[in-house]
Amino acid sequence: MSEEVAVLGVGMHPWGKWGRNFVEYGVDAAQRALADAGLQWDDIQFLAGSDTMRQGYPGYVTGATFSQALGWKGNRVASCYAACASGAQAMNVARTQILAGFCDVAMVVGADTSPKGFFAPNSGDRPDDPDWLRFRLLGATNPTYFALYARRRMEMFGASEQDFAKVRAKNAKHGLSNEYARYQKDFSVDEILASAMVADPLRLLEICATSDGGAAIVLTSMDFARKHSSNPVTVAAISTVTPTYPQTVVEMPDIATDSAAAVAPPDRPFRDAIAHAAYEESGLGPDDLDLAEVYDLSSALELDWYENIGLCPEGDAEKLLNDGVTTIGGRVPVNTSGGLGCFGEAVPAQAIAQVCEITRQLRGDAGDRQVEGARVGLTVNQGLFGHGSSVILKR
Amino acid sequence: MSSKTQVPAVEGWFTTDADEPTLIGTRCRACGSYFFPRETYLCRNPDCTSRELDDVSLSRTGTIWSFTNACYEPPPPYVSTNDPFEPFTIAAVELAAERMVVLGQMVDGVDVSDLHAGQTVELVIDTLFEDDEAEYLVWKWRPTDGKRAG
Repeated sequence: MSEEVAVLGVGMHPWGKWGRNFVEYGVDAAQRALADAGLQWDDIQFLAGSDTMRQGYPGYVTGATFSQALGWKGNRVASCYAACASGAQAMNVARTQILAGFCDVAMVVGADTSPKGFFAPNSGDRPDDPDWLRFRLLGATNPTYFALYARRRMEMFGASEQDFAKVRAKNAKHGLSNEYARYQKDFSVDEILASAMVADPLRLLEICATSDGGAAIVLTSMDFARKHSSNPVTVAAISTVTPTYPQTVVEMPDIATDSAAAVAPPDRPFRDAIAHAAYEESGLGPDDLDLAEVYDLSSALELDWYENIGLCPEGDAEKLLNDGVTTIGGRVPVNTSGGLGCFGEAVPAQAIAQVCEITRQLRGDAGDRQVEGARVGLTVNQGLFGHGSSVILKR
Repeated sequence: MSSKTQVPAVEGWFTTDADEPTLIGTRCRACGSYFFPRETYLCRNPDCTSRELDDVSLSRTGTIWSFTNACYEPPPPYVSTNDPFEPFTIAAVELAAERMVVLGQMVDGVDVSDLHAGQTVELVIDTLFEDDEAEYLVWKWRPTDGKRAG
């Protein structure tokens, strides 16, 4: 079991479609996280930025971008990119700096301004880039992949469109009181099923939108945290694993899987391995969880995650949902924040926002959506090109 | 297909044999792993260090792993083929010998309601898009039940 660091402060800029420079959202989230921690910018020794590919050079060097915006003061920086998992990588870099003894107080910041509609690859002809090729040769958007997984659940386990819509309806209720969510609106299963089909069997209200937003956390050594908080939330694990060959589920942006002709598939498929690595690192397991934030890029994908993080055996996720286990008030509420369904994706901020939600829950600060007595929470997400991300927090 | 010059939309990924086109992958001479698209430098099996990768034709038929459609036009570099846009179907197809799954569009006229997991499909070469000079070709999948010739 590894040594721990503390989450001393969390901050978010509300998600939306604000259309301003992404740096503003990051700076706002950073200031909120500092205030939450009771610290000043001058206290931060190390800033890890979670990068974005959509904002030109400032987006590639966010450690420096956010430091400059907050005011140069000679702190050290790192800038991390791992698609949707960028925030987890940045957190892991900050944690490592603290555990190595290079600093006591670090901040992690991620923010984005998102385009309208489908995420598309960078411009220019790039026939060696799988992300370019999948759009060119197949017209395969991100929802194409989400829908392939959703249809697979229907074909293998008898999941229904109704089940998928129920996930979104549950999360809509969870997110109703979340002041940081973009959509604080109740949706019934019927309304969801009446929304336009985008990639059969997934409908418009079941596929996460692209949003503007920003999130930040202050990570500190345990010694530093104890001087500022009597009972800080701690980071018990951060998993940033890649797949193990052969990767036998077709993942964005790939056009084909690896071949299992010569090498048997690993015991744990990639998505199972992401949380497993966090469980191993923390010495905790699925039975210890009081809540989880999972990456619901689509309604149906949330059901896959139930199985991937070990809440139930493969094929039982619909039952878990329909029994209310993953609703607030149930045994292991999932996506108490409202999830991506209520937020829309602000890529570099999203893994950090998951940690913000779990931290608030473990501190008992989650208001109307509070999970009573929550002590252990897990986040899980996955970034394009083989980036796993899972964080376990406890108190 | 029109009388324009026919050009693969991507070079070296498939043959355009009229009767029995195939995807072209590579296979590691040392461990036997297949790769598509072609891996040409180093075998990606972590326990293998071979750089001897031979071109190989992949199975022409497979079974459907999953499927979906595109109800809205994808953004560039996807190239429009119809105005107004007409939805198209995409399948993930398992190749038994290679033990891998390959994505592809289904031929025109195949709807998601025509498909189910485990169904057998075969590879065809079809038009991806056209411009003033040429017709650009790509692989697509077609059900083998014969009801829908693409």
